[in-house]
This record gives sequence, structure tokens and C-alpha cells, in this order.
Amino acid sequence: MSDRPILLRGGRVVDPSRDLDGLADVLLDDGRVVAVEAGLTGPDDARVVDASGLVVTPGLIDVHVHLREPGQEHKETIATGARAAAAGGFTSVVAMPNTDPVIDSPALVGFVAAEGRRAAAARVYPTGAISLGLKGERMAPMGEMVEAGAVAITDDGHPVMDSGLMRLALEYARGFDVPVADHPEDLGLSKGGHMNEGLVSSRLGVRGKPNASEDVHIVRDLLVAEFTGGHIHLQHVSTAFGVESIRQAKARGVHVTAEASPHHLLLTDEAVEGYRTEAKMNPPLRSAVDRDAVVEGLRDGTLDVIATDHAPHHYDEKERAFDDAPNGIVGLETSVGLVLTHILGKGVLDWPTLVERMSTQPARAFGLPGGTLAPGSPGDVTVIDPALSWTVDPAAFVSRSRNTPFGGWELTGRAVATIVGGRFVHDALAG
Amino acid sequence: MIPSVHAPLGKDLIGLEGLSADQIRTILDTAEPFKEISERRIKKVPVLRGKTIVNLFFEPSTRTRVSFEFAEKRLSADTVNISSSGSSVVKGETLVDTARNLEAMKIDMVVMRHGASGAARFLAERIPSNVVNAGDGRHEHPTQGLLDLLTIRDHRGKIEGLRVCIVGDVLHSRVARSNIFGLLALGAEVAVCGPRTLLPVGIEQMGVTVFDRVEAALEWADVLNVLRLQLERMEGGFVPSLREYNRIYGVSRARLEAAPREVLVLHPGPMNRGVEIDSDVADGPQSVILNQVTNGVAVRMAVLYLLAGGAPDKAEAAKQGGEA
Repeated sequence: MSDRPILLRGGRVVDPSRDLDGLADVLLDDGRVVAVEAGLTGPDDARVVDASGLVVTPGLIDVHVHLREPGQEHKETIATGARAAAAGGFTSVVAMPNTDPVIDSPALVGFVAAEGRRAAAARVYPTGAISLGLKGERMAPMGEMVEAGAVAITDDGHPVMDSGLMRLALEYARGFDVPVADHPEDLGLSKGGHMNEGLVSSRLGVRGKPNASEDVHIVRDLLVAEFTGGHIHLQHVSTAFGVESIRQAKARGVHVTAEASPHHLLLTDEAVEGYRTEAKMNPPLRSAVDRDAVVEGLRDGTLDVIATDHAPHHYDEKERAFDDAPNGIVGLETSVGLVLTHILGKGVLDWPTLVERMSTQPARAFGLPGGTLAPGSPGDVTVIDPALSWTVDPAAFVSRSRNTPFGGWELTGRAVATIVGGRFVHDALAG
Repeated sequence: MIPSVHAPLGKDLIGLEGLSADQIRTILDTAEPFKEISERRIKKVPVLRGKTIVNLFFEPSTRTRVSFEFAEKRLSADTVNISSSGSSVVKGETLVDTARNLEAMKIDMVVMRHGASGAARFLAERIPSNVVNAGDGRHEHPTQGLLDLLTIRDHRGKIEGLRVCIVGDVLHSRVARSNIFGLLALGAEVAVCGPRTLLPVGIEQMGVTVFDRVEAALEWADVLNVLRLQLERMEGGFVPSLREYNRIYGVSRARLEAAPREVLVLHPGPMNRGVEIDSDVADGPQSVILNQVTNGVAVRMAVLYLLAGGAPDKAEAAKQGGEA
């Protein structure tokens, strides 16, 4: 797919992989980054983009999305999800395997990869299940799945309750150099819960999931990772104790990476008031203390990446009594705006650190190409207008689903172009 | 059909949380004149003549459904009962579709019981008819809370300053939540007593005192509201055995007699005699359990009347033949 060369001229280039933050031009050709420096002139046939006033970053990467295909195409498909990612400024996404059927064989991994390529939008990286059928019993064929393109293994949505299985997975994965991603939740402690356990759940009469249900599991995973030497990736960390446990484990040298989701950075369980199913997710929105700890964990690097846990659901499925509604919200098309407005905008992170959390470190944690604008690397670039004011309008989402608690939020900053392999997959540039 | 919206209550009665003391007092005061209707030989007044009310019960209920039905019929409303065990989702039709179908038949009010917390509010936000919550999951059962308040007021002359202790499975109880919100709004002191596995997290932050032992609660209380222990709580492992529950948390004659005051005993029913309450208490002189049942009809009449747009001070006149 060698399209016309692209020259992004005069933007603020932020590439923490090379310690770059300044005005420069970026030249892409033949699907790759050719050069990043001031005063570049491109080939005659290059499309020249005036990027003055814009921020140019290595393509943003979301390591936690649910694209629902195969099996639940009424919520999302690989193609609509890949296009929603592109519209939101992401050049790569990592698709979770809890589809129907579960991605637990090399053939199914190959299907996701092939559909991702066919979508020709954001890159779609498959993952494979830890256990066959997500049953938490026997390991799925990890080696074959990695050969077929899986970049991580995970039973996401189904916590690995058997510590022995987690041990085997973390040990076995060392031979393939992929992270084992876990959704930390002790199902005994969270049984029957539909939201955070606390004053709000007590008032609403909704059964809660205590922080301890997540904390216990995070600590278990950290201990098993520590003695096996495996790479544990902890998904959507939502508790203060969880963040602190990861911080301490990192200090001990445990190979752990971890996610913060935009909703856990910005919302608390008060968003559930009125039984709002669009604020129902797992792990649940927690207290202000927890939210502040997740923000601090993101700031100090305990939480390596921002990941959305993009979880599309059809509106019929959310239009139910709270207990009957499924968990999850879409995130791909709101993540950049929310993070720019409420994390960067409030001074929690500066630009280079933000790009680290959304590009450099996701690439590193999952061993993905990209995350850098070094010459020769894939031509994956996100162009952001940091001053663009916009209002979240779920009806305008590219995603097939609209389940978000952020509808109507007024945000500042948005991806105006997404370039994958030297080709525009999202282009809202003025002029 | 334009829904009736009356300022004292608004369109719906979803819960007692958020109602002001004045609003609650208005309902209780409005219930007073309606009490007398049930004592007449001909128990019918034309207050809600021409109104259509659907009683939509997704959970089995005898007492509450019958009480609402008497209230509706004595006010001359046309009523339809729809009962369905299991949630609507299980049957394949969503709650919102059920509601829209009823709405399409041009109704005025829905009285709903549902197993999911928040279901009543969900319905109320989606249909223009008045919605009365007859119990939603573990959230609220406001008319039960109101009839408890009315019964306490009947026997003690006031609510303010009284010490009321709710005993038993507060965690799963919508009756407990409605009682707590209503009692606190009217200035009572509220406590709960029960095994810690059956008390909600953060209950103290709701302004409620916690007693671990029923003897201590009885030292303190003027009124005891004893909750039903659902037998499935034992299967769920919340308490080890019914016998142990009765021995430690059961309200017995001996415990009542050891209390420093004459304690009023309420129970929302249906009772498990010999579990949370002993028969000699339930049938004894301090029990007002049947008064609660009688008051239930009057309170529900008052709620229906007010939601239909009736003026609180016109209830007595309306009863005599006028319409709401």
C-alpha cells in the first residue's frame, strides 16, 4: 500500500522514544517514516500537510479493545472497530479474545488478523485466550497462536481464578515473549455484584463488588509473576491498593505492566446514580480516593498505558434494569479528547509523558512495531489539534455502538488525522 | 392522555429518598380520611372513577398486590393485574417493551414490583403514566415505608425523636431502605441490628446506628421493625442456620420483657414465626402488625389520590362524591 508520500510540515513533533519535542517536519514514504527534522522537502508528488498548530505523535495504540467479531456483530465488527479506532486517533488496537467462538486456536487468531488487514483502518492485533474456551481449566495452544499473530494471551473478562493455571501460563509465555494479560477480579468476593461496593451501592440497593475483590487478585498475580519471572499485564486497574501494590512490585523488579482506563481516571461510582447503565462496567467505577490513586499511578508511571477497554453493546442491551444490563462502555472515539482535556489539560501529564502512555509504552509492553517515529519504523502517525473544541455526540460515532457515559461532554483536543503505514485512515484536516 | 402531575408528589412515587418531611407528612395526613372508607358497609368512593391502573408484578406478591388492588377498587379505578414470575427479560420481552405496550392501551397509572433495583425509576423515565413503586429489588418499597410510618404515628402520636430499630436482613431489604429514608426525614433516630453479613456496607454513613445484639437494640429502642429472613439467605450462606438466627437475633417475649420500655413491634410480613419473630410476640399486645396491614390500604389510597392530582386538603370532600 504505497500511496503518495506524506510530508507533515511545521507541527510540534512529540516522540518520547527519541526524546523529541519540538517543531519539525515528518516525511513518510513507502509505508514508513523516512525522516523527522526541520526544513524537510518531500518528493514532488508528496501530499504536503500544514501541521502548524498541530501535534504530531507516533501512532497511538490501545492495547485493550473488544471488537465483538466473531459472534456479536450487532455490537461491533472488526472493520467498524478498526475504523472507530482510526477516527479516534489510534493506529493500532489489540483485540480481546472473548468472542463467540473464543479466540483460542491459531485459525481463529488468523481470522482476526485477516479481517483486521481487510478493514484497512487501524491495525488490529489479535490476542489468544489463556485457557481453552475461557474456561480457566487447560491452556490454549499459546505457541501456535503467537505464530499466527497473537501479541498477548488473556482470558479478559474471565479472571484466571486457578492460581496454578496462572503459574503455568506465566511460565509458558516466557518462551514466546508475550505478556499474560489478566482481568484482576476474585469472583468469590465479587459474586453477584453489579457496581462498586460502597455508600452509593448501599443506597441504591445494588449489590456491590468490594475493592478487595480486585486487590486480592492483583496481589496474587504479582506474586505468581514474581516467582515465575513471567510478564503479567494487569488490565484496567481501578483501586488505590491495586495501584500501590503494582508500584511496590515494580520496585522489587517484578515484570509487570498495567493499564489505566479513561473512565477510571475521570469518574466515580456517583456516575451510576439514577441506575445509569452507561456507567456500568467491570471493574466498576470506584470512589474518589481510588480515582485519584489511578491518576497518580498514571502520572508516576506505575500504570504504564492508557487503554480504553472499548466494550460496545447494542442500545437494546443497555436499555434494561441496571442488574440486567451488560458491563462496558465504548472508548475509542472519546479517549484522546478526554485525556487531553482532563489529564493533560489539568497538568497531570505533559505531552511527552502522555504520548509515552498512549504510544511508546503500549508498543513496548506488547512488543508491537510502532510507538516511535525513528526513520525506518512503520509510518503510523497521529495528528492532534490540541485546541479543537468539540462535544461528544454518540450518534456521530463510527463505532456500531453508542454506549458511553460521556455523551454531551465538552472536550478540547481531538485527533484530526490518523495515518497507518503511510496512508490516511482518518482525515479531518482543515483544507 | 395527559398524565396528572401534582406538585406535592410529582409524577411518580419511586422511593422515600429525596422526599421532604412535608411531602411525607402530606401523604400520611391524606391517608387519615381514607382510613374510614374501609370501615364502611359500602367500601367505595368515586375518587378515581374512569382511571385505569395496571398492577404489574414481576415478582410473586400477595399482600402488597391485594392491598393495592383494594385501594384502587375502593377508589373506583379500573384495574388490571399482570403477574409474571421471573423477570421480563427471561420471558423475552424487555421491560421497556412491556411498558410501551401498556402505554399504547392508554392507561393512567402503573403499580410495579420488579426484582431489579432501579426498575421503577427506569419505567417512570420512559412512560408518561404515573408510576408507583411496589418494590424494586433491594432498593425501596415506599408504600410499605409509609404505612410503617403511619402505624408508628398512630400508636406513638409522632415520629420525631422516636428511636426505631430495624432488625434483620437489612442488606437485601427494600423495606429497610424506605424505612430509613422516611424515618430520618421525619426526625426519628434510626438503628439497625442484625448479623454483619446482612448489613449493607457504609450503613453508618447513612446516619444509622448499628447494634450487633438485639438485647442492646432493645435497651435503646422505642420501636422495633422486624424484617423477614428470606429462607434463601441461609442457602446463600449469609447465616449458618435458622435456629442460630432465632437464638441470637430472634425477637422473643423474654427479650421484650427485659427491655426498659414498652417497645412497639412492627413486621412487614410475611412472617417466619419462630425465626425472626416468635409467635407470642407477633400475637402479643405490643404487636401492631395487623394495624400495618389495615393502614396499607389507606396509605396506598392516599398515594394514588395524590398522584392522580388530588389536593391534600380536598381528600375529605373527594371522598364524599367528588372526583380527584
